Amino acid sequence: MDNIAGQKSGLSIATNLSVIALVLIWLIPTIGLAVSSFRERAQISETGWWRAPFSVEQAYRISPDPEGAYQDGDQWVLEGNLFDSSEDASGQGTVSGFGITSRAPGAAEPGMIYARYEVQVIEPDGEQDDTNIEIAYAEGEEPVFPDVDEDGNTVVQDIPPIFDRSLQVMQNGDFVYRDADEIDRGPSVYITAAQPPEFTLDNYDQILTSDGMDRAFINTLTVSIPATVIPIVVAAFAAYALAWMDFGARGFLIAMVVGLLVVPLQIALVPLLTLHQEIGIGQSFLGVWLAHTAFGMPLAIYLLRNYMIGLPRDIIESAKVDGATDFQVFTKIVLPLSFPALASFAIFQFLWTWNDLLVAKVFLPSNADSWVMTVKIADDLLGSRGGDWGILAAAAFVSIAVPLFVFFAMQKYLVRGLLAGSVK
Amino acid sequence: MSPVVQGIITIILGVGGCAAYFYASNLVLDKVIFPPRNDDHGRNINRANIVRPWLFVAPAIFFLGLYLVYPVVGSFFRSLYNRSGNTFIGLGNYTQMFSEEGFRVALFNNILWVIFVPASATFLGLLVAQLTDRLKWGNIAKSLIFMPMAISFVGASLIWKFVYANNPDIGIINAVRDFFGLNPIDVLQIPFWNNFFIMFILVWIQTGFAMVILSAALRGIPEETIEAAIIDGANPFQIFFKIKIPQIAPTIVVVWTTITILVLKVFDIVYAMTGGNFDTEILPSYMMDYMFRDDGRATAVAFVIMIIVTPVMVWNIVQARREMR
Repeated sequence: MDNIAGQKSGLSIATNLSVIALVLIWLIPTIGLAVSSFRERAQISETGWWRAPFSVEQAYRISPDPEGAYQDGDQWVLEGNLFDSSEDASGQGTVSGFGITSRAPGAAEPGMIYARYEVQVIEPDGEQDDTNIEIAYAEGEEPVFPDVDEDGNTVVQDIPPIFDRSLQVMQNGDFVYRDADEIDRGPSVYITAAQPPEFTLDNYDQILTSDGMDRAFINTLTVSIPATVIPIVVAAFAAYALAWMDFGARGFLIAMVVGLLVVPLQIALVPLLTLHQEIGIGQSFLGVWLAHTAFGMPLAIYLLRNYMIGLPRDIIESAKVDGATDFQVFTKIVLPLSFPALASFAIFQFLWTWNDLLVAKVFLPSNADSWVMTVKIADDLLGSRGGDWGILAAAAFVSIAVPLFVFFAMQKYLVRGLLAGSVK
Repeated sequence: MSPVVQGIITIILGVGGCAAYFYASNLVLDKVIFPPRNDDHGRNINRANIVRPWLFVAPAIFFLGLYLVYPVVGSFFRSLYNRSGNTFIGLGNYTQMFSEEGFRVALFNNILWVIFVPASATFLGLLVAQLTDRLKWGNIAKSLIFMPMAISFVGASLIWKFVYANNPDIGIINAVRDFFGLNPIDVLQIPFWNNFFIMFILVWIQTGFAMVILSAALRGIPEETIEAAIIDGANPFQIFFKIKIPQIAPTIVVVWTTITILVLKVFDIVYAMTGGNFDTEILPSYMMDYMFRDDGRATAVAFVIMIIVTPVMVWNIVQARREMR
């Protein structure tokens, strides 16, 4: 149908472009999360994830080891490489600026000399005072002192300034530090370095080892596997009866199942929690399994019955003529043939129980040992680690990894189930 | 006992128990109660076949009855009692609730949700279904737009928290604003419009669902009708709006109502995004505020949701009965 009348090529380009735009809008948020979860945490707060492939400008305070300082005339000198002296800043970084105060960590460009002098100034009220002034100048030149300092005081030019300290840092991190006094402790120097993009598994390591996400992961698995398997067994028998056995209440039961498909879960919470507490189940995994089994039941029966009733009548009737009982027909013929429908429902129920927050919040105990991942994220991490985006991203990604895998691996069955499951 | 071991035992006991129940009950029925022997041979087989369907449906009826039918009644009765549950106060919870600002805000927001989310998701789903219909890479595009369906509401909320973040180095919206020299803005705190930012998360999730169903419906349209329209000189837009849409209208209604029902259940997104602050509360999240604190009020909210759902439920049942004939 592509090249017949009624199709215009201009329209086709527009179609392609709009689908690309829509797909991008749909994909970008998830990509952002995935990228962020692998980034180094300091980098996350410095630049957006969309700039993750590029280097990040970060400021470091480094205190090089004073070992090896020597005297040169009336100054003491310390030389070395800043990247070697700091674990934080190590790596393949390139210095983009340096300084000797935390106020201006990148005041001077690499290769320049940045020095502090003590100068005399005249304050606006006429008083003379001494103050420190920092000056950057190129190697081989003499420092030029400004007429006015930062605070607006006039610098007295004819009194020679007293040298305090100076620092020179090269792009590769080599530095020369000079001080008027003896260097007995590591001086504080600052650099801004363009750190290459850093991707790490640290965020995952942290949430899985120290933040308890591993426990939550296992809890989620523990909730969702039995809550997926058991309803299938129960519903399959009922679906067979509603599809292939003739009895008076059949029509009524089918109508009931269809009606119960839309009953909001909220209505069940209070009475059932009360009931669970009265009969001694309380808030426990057993309670969650029972609740999930029941809440998945209408969809399970509906899906399976719709599928089973479409199976060829001949097969079932000839089996019965040959003397098979309903139980045999069900286990030997209908169940194996219904595999696609069983798979569809299993995927639905698995995704639903894995992703559920409401049932877990109500029917599981509210202590950290029983938290499933959704509860862990919503009630714990979003509160206590609210600003720690790397941790949040990794936690979210751990929780959505399994459903995404199931989704992409078994999309065919999911689509089939959706098509059969929407009430026509 | 660790929950994992408990879980494994549950699977074995649950599945084994179910299998044993069905097998044993059938066996007992055939061999013990109504054995096809002697003069009662024929009659006993018939009797057994009358009872057998009930053996098959009994466990399902137990679950449906106890966990879904009973609570509707139970919730209603509970909602007539006060917080501690020992004093009958009639419709007191309801009158009290309707007089409160918080509930009215939640109800109003929920009406917004029920209008905006199904409408947008169905519209976008239809749009994608139609646009990808003849594309070579249509299936990949559909698969990617369908993907959020697999993500939990909490996970989706977190994903969008990144997008909406106030910090222009985290949130892409504020990064764009920053690029144009505008001040960062917390979209979740803009009165009224914050609701739409939260709603969009559910639209993002549900568009895939609408797309899958509507795409199948579009494929099911008989080719002859479209060919005839083309021969008559219809342009692509006329074909879409005058030929295709009327033919898939029933499916659109199904998608629309399914998403509407879902909207009335989802409390996770509001809970994770704002916790109901900044006037973003909706009925399901409003109910969770009272869960564990005031069961009377919580069940009253649940029953209001139930009443809103009832027309859809009746309509579903009527449709299903019509189909069965």
